[in-house]
Amino acid sequence: MDIGIKEIEHIANLSRITLTVEEKNTFAKQLTNILGYIEKLNELDTDEVQPMAYATSLKNVFREDKLKSSFSRQEILELSPSSTNGFFKVPKVIE
Amino acid sequence: MLSRELSANKIKEKIIKREITAQEVVEELFEWIDIKEPLIKAYLCLDKDGAVLKAKEIDKKLSNGDKVGLLAGVPVALKDNICTAGMKTTCASKILENFIPPYDAFVVKRIKEEDAIIIGKTNLDEFAMGSSNENSAFHITRNPWDTDCIPGGSGGGSAAAVTADMTFMALGSDTGGSVRQPSAFCGNVGCKPTYGRVSRYGLVAFASSLDQIGTVTKDVSDAALLLQVVSGHDGFDSTSAAIDVPNYISDIDSVDDNLRIGVPREFFGEGLNPEVGSAVMDALEIYKRNGAELVDLSLPHCGYAVATYYIIATAEASSNLARYDGVRYGHRSQLSEDNIIDMYSRVRAEGFGSEVKRRILFGNYVLSAGFYEAYYLKASKVRNLIRSDFEEAFKKVDCIICPTCPTQAFKIGEKITDPLQMYLSDIYTIPANLVGIPGISVPCGFTNAGLPIGLQILGKHFDEGKILKVAKLFENETDFHLKKPELN
Repeated sequence: MDIGIKEIEHIANLSRITLTVEEKNTFAKQLTNILGYIEKLNELDTDEVQPMAYATSLKNVFREDKLKSSFSRQEILELSPSSTNGFFKVPKVIE
Repeated sequence: MLSRELSANKIKEKIIKREITAQEVVEELFEWIDIKEPLIKAYLCLDKDGAVLKAKEIDKKLSNGDKVGLLAGVPVALKDNICTAGMKTTCASKILENFIPPYDAFVVKRIKEEDAIIIGKTNLDEFAMGSSNENSAFHITRNPWDTDCIPGGSGGGSAAAVTADMTFMALGSDTGGSVRQPSAFCGNVGCKPTYGRVSRYGLVAFASSLDQIGTVTKDVSDAALLLQVVSGHDGFDSTSAAIDVPNYISDIDSVDDNLRIGVPREFFGEGLNPEVGSAVMDALEIYKRNGAELVDLSLPHCGYAVATYYIIATAEASSNLARYDGVRYGHRSQLSEDNIIDMYSRVRAEGFGSEVKRRILFGNYVLSAGFYEAYYLKASKVRNLIRSDFEEAFKKVDCIICPTCPTQAFKIGEKITDPLQMYLSDIYTIPANLVGIPGISVPCGFTNAGLPIGLQILGKHFDEGKILKVAKLFENETDFHLKKPELN
């Protein structure tokens, strides 16, 4: 299967990354190449195989629902490239 | 022998015996770094002032006769994807170029508690995505054995720094070989513990089901020492294992009788450089002479590991890296934005390098509607087949030995335009991450070009003690780990 410019544009949108024309061309070619390589998995019959999500057999891990101290709002907001009046600042979201 | 050339265990002993002060160790080390760093470029940031301060603290403790930690006065470097409170943690990415974490990673807290001296943060492929260090947004680290060659990746900075005696030990992270492969290419000891053995709290996430923090050291005893300090359960990482940590340090010299070593055919086939192959065969002979039984075995699905890995790792990365949005921290575009989607897209276009973009795109492709079953689900199933291969093998053997990498370190620029060829350089290290088992790379020879060769020992889940012992046995019989590149 090929990944063309149309597919690249679609996944670039899903990925929230603006691509240049040159990047679209390069990535289309490279991802098609990688996709060709991973097609080799189809040589294997996996109908009866269970998927594996994790390397250890851990089940859900719970902790007590207790309130613990965390960072102050000030400390966290200082990391933000743009904040105002105790909030993160972003372009207008609601019309 | 110069003090910087000593192992961590040896320098610690000298510091504790007051034969040298921690401050002298740090100052001599920084003098050497000042001379060699322009050539090797292992670091993204150095903290001489902080290191000297900490060294003085430890010297004072010692002169007061106070108790000191397991890493008393030992300089340690950290891969720059491990969070350090008050010290920049960039992941070698423009998107985190000025990020200063408000907290220490679990491993950083642990080494500080044991009186280690953090000297700086080492270079990596951006977000640990790469096999050569060429994907760093800031500069390329060079292999101390041949500065025209890559040091490996993604933890090339840590590996080069240890080999060039620009630190005594280092921590890295290993998602597909990022500790073991650079250690093989630079000729030192790289250990990736079992998934869950070491808390990932404060390790910037790349692929959460594969990522594991590992050690980069000058010899196997140092690996045992550092692993001892960083292992153990942590409530802040729900995947960290609540399993007792054995005493790696004291167990390392005990001898195992009737050691059975598995030699997997699939790791000695097509694509293996003959010089690497013969060095590994020589190493196996050494084990045989020491009473080990070599067992020929097959891991039939390992040929599918790289394909499986690039689906799972990119899928997880596309999700993990969604957090870089320019809102809460990190890079924000200087261009004015009309809407939030454009803002995100511009932040990420400016902040991420090509390899990171490529992996996010590919990850979103394999997870996108209509493709999930064909790729991600398929890969998760093949991952289980690979796991079964190892499970079967470990019924017959105590550990598995194979090459760490199929080749020697390659030239800078050699594979950068062909991502698939780059991915294939991790062919022997990836299976351990998919399965979650521990692995260690130790130096086992040199190619005709004078570049190091790594021997990989893989063990059962939570059997780090065993692979350390097996590695130590080899080290006792050989002196490859003592060879130094000519940097003078």
